[in-house]
Amino acid sequence: MELHELGLYELQSKLNQGEVSPQEIINAIFKRIHEVDDKVKAFLTLDEENAIKKAAALCKGENRTGLMAGMPFALKDLICTRGLRTTCASRMLENFIPTYDATVASRLNNAQGILIGKLNMDEFAMGCSNELSAFFPTHNPWDLNRVPGGSSGGAAAAVAAREVPVALGSDTAGSIRQPAAYCGVVGFKPSYGRVSRWGVAAYASSMDQVGVIARNVEDCALVLNTIAGKDPLDGTSADIEVPDYTSYLIPDIKGLRLGYPREFFAQPALDPGIKDLVEEALRKYEDMGAIVEEISLPYSEYALPVYYIIGPAEASANMACYDGVRFGLRDLEADNVLDMYCNSRANGFGDEVKRRVMWGTYVLSSGQYEAYYLKAMKVRRLIKNDFDNVFAHIDLIITPTTPTTAFKLGEKNNDFLTSCKNEVFTVSANLAGLPAISIPCGFSDGLPVGMQIIGSAFNEGKVLQAAYAFQQNTPYHQYKLQIGGEQK
Amino acid sequence: MNQDYEVIIGLEVHAELKTDSKIFCSCSTAFGAEPNTQICPGCSGFPGMLPVLNKKVVEIAIKAGLALNCEIAEVCRFDRKNYFYPDLPRAYQISQLDFPICRNGYLEIEVDGEKKRIGINRAHMEEDAGKLVHQGNITSTPFSLVDLNRSGMPLLEIVSEPDMRSAQEARAYMEKLRSILLFAGISDCKMQEGSLRCDANISVRPRGQKHFGIRTEIKNLNSFRALERAIEYEARRHIEAIEDGEELIQETRTWNEAKQITMSMRSKEQAEDYRYFPDPDLLPVKIDREWVERIRATLPEMPDQAQQRLITQYGLPSYDAAVLTMTPEFLAYFDACMDLYHDAKTVSNWMMGELSKFLNQNNIEISDCKVKPAALARLLTLIDEGKISGKMAKTVFEEMFNTGQEPDAIIKGKGMVQISDESTLLKLIDDTLTANPKVVEDYKNGKAKAFGFFVGQIMKATKGQANPAVVNKLLQKRLQEI
Repeated sequence: MELHELGLYELQSKLNQGEVSPQEIINAIFKRIHEVDDKVKAFLTLDEENAIKKAAALCKGENRTGLMAGMPFALKDLICTRGLRTTCASRMLENFIPTYDATVASRLNNAQGILIGKLNMDEFAMGCSNELSAFFPTHNPWDLNRVPGGSSGGAAAAVAAREVPVALGSDTAGSIRQPAAYCGVVGFKPSYGRVSRWGVAAYASSMDQVGVIARNVEDCALVLNTIAGKDPLDGTSADIEVPDYTSYLIPDIKGLRLGYPREFFAQPALDPGIKDLVEEALRKYEDMGAIVEEISLPYSEYALPVYYIIGPAEASANMACYDGVRFGLRDLEADNVLDMYCNSRANGFGDEVKRRVMWGTYVLSSGQYEAYYLKAMKVRRLIKNDFDNVFAHIDLIITPTTPTTAFKLGEKNNDFLTSCKNEVFTVSANLAGLPAISIPCGFSDGLPVGMQIIGSAFNEGKVLQAAYAFQQNTPYHQYKLQIGGEQK
Repeated sequence: MNQDYEVIIGLEVHAELKTDSKIFCSCSTAFGAEPNTQICPGCSGFPGMLPVLNKKVVEIAIKAGLALNCEIAEVCRFDRKNYFYPDLPRAYQISQLDFPICRNGYLEIEVDGEKKRIGINRAHMEEDAGKLVHQGNITSTPFSLVDLNRSGMPLLEIVSEPDMRSAQEARAYMEKLRSILLFAGISDCKMQEGSLRCDANISVRPRGQKHFGIRTEIKNLNSFRALERAIEYEARRHIEAIEDGEELIQETRTWNEAKQITMSMRSKEQAEDYRYFPDPDLLPVKIDREWVERIRATLPEMPDQAQQRLITQYGLPSYDAAVLTMTPEFLAYFDACMDLYHDAKTVSNWMMGELSKFLNQNNIEISDCKVKPAALARLLTLIDEGKISGKMAKTVFEEMFNTGQEPDAIIKGKGMVQISDESTLLKLIDDTLTANPKVVEDYKNGKAKAFGFFVGQIMKATKGQANPAVVNKLLQKRLQEI
C-alpha cells in the first residue's frame, strides 16, 4: 500500500520501525493532494511549506515524543489557525488570518501532528452538501457528480480520497456524521463539552462540537485522546476525566445492550436499501453476542424543528460579530456606520447564512420568543429526557446515519426543506449533547451507507468499542474508491 | 416645584467592579492606558472566542448584594443582549436578564432629618462596551476610532425601586449607594472616570393618583449635581406638559450639561428589541451558601454602622456623622485624628470646613492630602494651648495644605506666636483708648459696636497675634474702670 493510503497506526508503526521518515510521509500526502484535489476540491488552503519544515524537525526518532508525532492532519476551515487563513468558507473571512490557534489545533500541534491544510465546508457550517461554500463545492470521491455531504464535507472527502488520514470537523446537527456516511468513512462527534470549542468559529454554540473524521475507528480514538479534555478557555468544556480511548478498541461486545428506535426505522424518507443494511448490521451485532431490542424515542420527531429554531437563534447572535468593524470584509464606500454594517454583511454572507440569521432574529424577537425559542427549549428538554429514559436500561442506540445516500450536486439547489431532512437521524444527539459515531455499513446502489451509534453522555469509550467491534467483523471500511477514472 | 404633583424617581446605576482583570478574559482593567493596549481576541469579539467568567467578579457582586441587603441567588444566569454598535465587539452584550445575582435589597437615606428606606429591585453582572473616539462632533465626524480597552470591564447594574420622590432624595440615594460601594470595596465610584454611572427614570403624577405617569429615562448624568439638576428640570418639564395639556411620550433623553436641559434621544417606538436569550457559552452560575457566608464575614463596617458609632461614641450631630462617613478614607482620617485629639466636634468642624474646602478647591483626594491626621490634631492642640488663635490656625492650615509642613515649623518660621501676656496687651489697650477718646465716649453712651472697634484696632496693631480671649477680658475690665 502506498503511504497516503495508510492510517495513523500503520504510519506510526512504519515510522517507529524506521521504514519511513516524516518527510516521506508528508511528501506522499502532498503528492496525493496535488494529484486528486483538482477533482475532489476538498482543500481551501494548503500549508505545504510549514508542513515540510515540521516534518524535517521530526526526522530524528528521539524528537518524536508526541502522541501524533509526524502524523498528517487537516482541519475544517472554521478551526482557527495562527498565521494561516481561516475562512469559514465565507467571503466575509476570505482574507482573515487569525492570531491564535484553536485549542484543538494547538493540542494536535503540541502532540507533534503536522497540519496539512484547511478544508472546505458549507459557509459557517450552515448546510449539508458543501455546495454552500462561498468558493466552490467539494465533490464526493465515490462519485464526483455527487455531494460529499456537509457541513464538514471537505473533511470527509479529503479523508475518503486518501488526501489525509484524519481531519477535524465540527458537528452541530450531523455535520461530521452525515458527510462521513456519504463518503464511506468514520465520523465521530463526541459529547458536548468533551472537546474544547475555543477558537472554533461558532454556529450554534449549545450544539457545536468538534470531532474526528478518519478511515478507521482506531484513528478516531487516537485523535480523540489528543484533543479531548477540559480547556480553561472554554467554560462549557467538561471537567471530566478523559480515559485512554484506545483501551476501548477491543472486538468484544458480548452482553452489550443495543437499542434501535422504532421511530427512526419507520421514517418514511428512509431509503429501503439503507434500512436493510442497518438491520443487517443489527443481526451482525446479535451474532457477535450483543442484545438487540427495539426502543422508543417519542419526542425525536420534534428534533429537527427544535434544531431549526435554537440553531438559527444562536447563530443570529454568533454571526453578529461579523460587522466589518474589526476584521473581515468591510464596505469601504459606505457613508455611515449603518450602511457599512448592512453592505458588509450583505456582501460578506451567502444566502443560507442570511436566511438563518433572519430566521433566528425572528424567533428571538419580542412577541415570538415564547412561541418559538422558549417552546423549543422546553421540547429540547423532553428530547433529552427520552434519551435518559432509554439509557437507563440500554448501552447504545443504533440508527441509520442518514435517510439517503449522497445526492447529486445541484439536485437540491436551494431546496431547503429537503436538504435539511438529511439531519433527521443525527440532530437529536446534538440537542441532547450525546456522543455519536457514523461508521460504514455497506453500499446502496454503489454508494456508501453509514450506521450511527449513539452513546450516553461522556461514554465515548463504549461507542468506540461497538464501532470497532463492527469494523473488525465487516469489510466495509476497507473498500477502496476510485476517483474519476483513477486506476486502482 | 408645583406641590400638586408628586415626582417618582428610580435610578439605574452602573458601578465598575474593582478587579484586576476583565469579566470574561484576563485583560487588565487599569484605567487610562493607551487605546487598544488592554485587549485580546476575546474582548475584541474575534471568531471562535469564548467568555470565561472571572470568579472575582461574582465574589464582588455577592459582596455588593450583601452590603445592599439583597437576597443572593442560588443560581444566576447570563444572557445575550443583542444590538449593533461599533464599540460592542460581539454585537451582543453579555448581561443578566431573568436570573440576576442579587434581588430585593434596600438602603436608607436621610433628607431633612427624615429617614427613608429605598428599595433595590435587583443588581446584576454585565460587561462594559468599548468607547468611540469621534473627530469632533458625532454627527459631523468623518470617521470614528474604536478603543476597546473598556470592552469587557466588569459592571454591576443596580436598579432601585421607584421609591424616590425628589431630586434631593435621588441625590441622597446616590451618595449613600456610593459610600456603601466604597466602604465594601466594590468599586472606585469615580463618576468623572465613568466607574460610577447613573440613569434616572422619572415620572410625575397628581398627588393622590394611584397609577404612574408617563416615564422618561435620562442618561449622561456624570455628577451628583447633574443628577439633581436633571431631575428638577425633567420633573418641571413633565408638570408643565401636563398643565398645558400636552402629551408626554415615553422616551430616552440625555442631560445636556452646557445648556442644563434634557434632550430627546429616542422614543419607545425607536427602542431596540434586544432579543435577549440565555448565553449558551456560559453555564448557569451556582452560588454556594457557604461561599456567601464567607464573603459576608469579610464585609467591613458599613456607612450606617459608622454613622451610628460617631453619634453614640462622640455625640456628633447626625449631619456631621453622615458627612464624615461619605467615604472610607474620610472616616479613617477622622478616626486617626481622634486617636490624637479629644474633641470630636472640633475635628468634624475642621474636616467639613477648611479641609473639605481646600480638597475641593484643589480637586485633591483626601488620601493624597499633604495634611496628615497627626498634623491636624497637632494644630488643634496648639489652638487649645493658646499658642495660636483659631484665625491664625486657618492661615497655618493653608500653608500646611500647600507645603505639607508641620504646624510648629510654620508658626516658628513666620514668627506667628500669639500674644497672651497681659501687661503687653494692657499697654496696647491703654494706647488705643487714649488715641480714641471720641469712641470711648460713644461706648459710654451705650454704643456696643465700639467694643468691636477697639478689638479690631488691637488685632491690627499686633498683626492678628493678640490672643482674642485675653484682649476681650482686659478690654472689658478697662472700659468699666474708665
